[in-house]
Amino acid sequence: MRFFLRRGLFYVITFWAAVTINFFIPRIMPGDPVRALIARNQGRIPSEAEASLRILFGLDQDTTLWQQYLDYWALLFRGDLGISFTYFPTPVSDVIAQALPWTIGLVGIATILSFTIGTLLGTGIGWRRGTWADSLLPISTFFSAVPYFWLALIAITIFSVTLGWFPASGSYDRSLIPMWSWEFVGSVIYYGTLPALTIVISSISGWILGMRNMMVTVSSEDYVTVAQAKGLSERAVMFGYAARNAILPQVSSFALSLGFIVGGTLVMEIVFSYQGIGYLLFTAVAAKDYPLMQGIFLVITVAVLIANIVADIAYGILDPRTRQEG
Amino acid sequence: MTIDTSIVEESEELAKPSQAPMTGVVAARGRGGFGRRRAGGKPPKFLFMRNSKAVAGLVILAFFLLIAIIGPWIAPYDPSARSSDVLQPPSWQHLFGTTHLGQDVFSQIVVGTRGVIIVGFVAGILATAIGVIIGVTAGYIGGLGDETLSVLANVFLVIPQLPLIIIIAGQLPSVGGVTVAVVIAITGWAWGARVLRAQTLSLRKRDFVEAARANGESTWRIITVEILPNLTAIIASGFVGTVAFAVLSLITLSFIGIGNTGEWNWGTVLYQAQAQLALQRGAWWWFVPAGLCIALLGMALTLINFGIDEFVNPRLRSTGVNAKSLRKRGIRPRIGFTPVVRETDAPRTAIAPHLAEHTEPTDAARPADAARPADAAASAEAEASSPTSKGARA
Repeated sequence: MRFFLRRGLFYVITFWAAVTINFFIPRIMPGDPVRALIARNQGRIPSEAEASLRILFGLDQDTTLWQQYLDYWALLFRGDLGISFTYFPTPVSDVIAQALPWTIGLVGIATILSFTIGTLLGTGIGWRRGTWADSLLPISTFFSAVPYFWLALIAITIFSVTLGWFPASGSYDRSLIPMWSWEFVGSVIYYGTLPALTIVISSISGWILGMRNMMVTVSSEDYVTVAQAKGLSERAVMFGYAARNAILPQVSSFALSLGFIVGGTLVMEIVFSYQGIGYLLFTAVAAKDYPLMQGIFLVITVAVLIANIVADIAYGILDPRTRQEG
Repeated sequence: MTIDTSIVEESEELAKPSQAPMTGVVAARGRGGFGRRRAGGKPPKFLFMRNSKAVAGLVILAFFLLIAIIGPWIAPYDPSARSSDVLQPPSWQHLFGTTHLGQDVFSQIVVGTRGVIIVGFVAGILATAIGVIIGVTAGYIGGLGDETLSVLANVFLVIPQLPLIIIIAGQLPSVGGVTVAVVIAITGWAWGARVLRAQTLSLRKRDFVEAARANGESTWRIITVEILPNLTAIIASGFVGTVAFAVLSLITLSFIGIGNTGEWNWGTVLYQAQAQLALQRGAWWWFVPAGLCIALLGMALTLINFGIDEFVNPRLRSTGVNAKSLRKRGIRPRIGFTPVVRETDAPRTAIAPHLAEHTEPTDAARPADAARPADAAASAEAEASSPTSKGARA
């Protein structure tokens, strides 16, 4: 229990830190782009929306920094992230809420696939060390060195432009109306295949390599030798004894690298013009839509934190010692 | 990130005492003519350079460094100059073809190398410096200070870096290469700090550090003279990993269109290619070379890191005896045993893997710890605090 308490406290601190960073970034930046934007939209912005923008970007110079900070938190707890300039006058939270499910669906499924396949492959390669399987490593190294988005560009050229198998951009057939029908779901899957495939290919090598290295280490432990000496089947030793222990660091590194994966896959969305958070961030940056940028960062951070908490709980369940150690 | 992941796993593996006796023995192995050593002879210098992966990586890196220095002089055209050769495929005039404005892609890439390398190295150096300061301090002072600094590092690890870099860089009025490097360093130091902290924590209790303390050496001297040299390998691989991360981040930022202030780098080439619909026009030469350069540089850095990993952890290294040579020697790879091949001048003998595994501790003639500081670190990581290190043994 102490373990979960400690981790819980850590996530509270991280959340606080992310919000605080978000609070200070616009305040320490030179120049005042938001004030200019508000001035340009004078009269069009409702007064309470303008008030929240002032709090978000620290335009009220007459209040103390501490008061601004408190106001900022109060604003966040009401779920008010200001209004978007590009999608004027839609609130930022609404804009993000539309994009979020797409990203979670695409990136989530692709990441889970990549982790599962990579870990299984790594188990096999680590187990059969010194056979042909080792030659898979350099190939996966190459793919891990390539930036996500470049691989996506190549994939589009080959599979969309040249072969015409998959659509090059978008997330579903625009002639369909979004609803829960087989046709629409099928279209979403069809459009999502290529982006998901690219994510899996470029992120899988990390899992293969990590698992393989752990397998190499774990398979020389005494209990593995004992299991073999008992005459257990190869499969039982591999999965029940070696892989079971080797997977623990995988889970913790999964949690840690999540932030990076999310960052990388956001760029993937930009290439595919996939209507998720990453594409939204891209349009926000291009249009200098500061409230939207800040809101997206906050939402991404919270999403990563939640995923981390899930990974932590999984780790706690998998490894009883962590619960005892605290 | 994949690079970094392997580092952490590495340090966790280091935590096992069972591996320590291995160190001295596996040094000699015949792979591609590298690394032959007389048994019982003097420990070879530049052992690191005998690792063919590391050498390959260093050679590629040196090539890019050279281009970064002389790039602007050897570029055949001004990268921004327009010409009438619009969207030409590669030819002898334009090695990598031309853009929609008739600019020479080859020149853009050659000139752009400098920007990539500078940002990569500036960010790498800065982030490593921050990581060393925070990680070593946290590991050495312990207690509340350690807790605070660890939480700080972990917070920076969990917060998604790329979006953070994007919103910081996106709000700066003008973003030059060095600014991007600083932003990347501020957000990317945490991984190194975390690994270094764990290692320092275990070094702190070691006898030689205790002895230095008993001798009345100052804290500063203990850290710089006793502890830091033992962290060299980890610092180096952290640096290499950060450079790779910084290069990727810079290119990603440029690709999104942040920080394009007229400086050429590989990311700006890709940005233009994407913006001008090079894909739809079938102008593959516009984005393939830049991507391959990134991949090549990234692979070089990964290879160097593999080299460092294998240098530190012999168990990984010995897998370098590849499948073919194992079969030739009549060794069947067995689970749980590290094939150890010892080469002497006399008729080659390959010791059966399981025998080697067990005879080795008595065989280790050479005091490995004295020879290589990195191994010393490996041998006594037993007290490392990560849960996994306690893991497999319990």
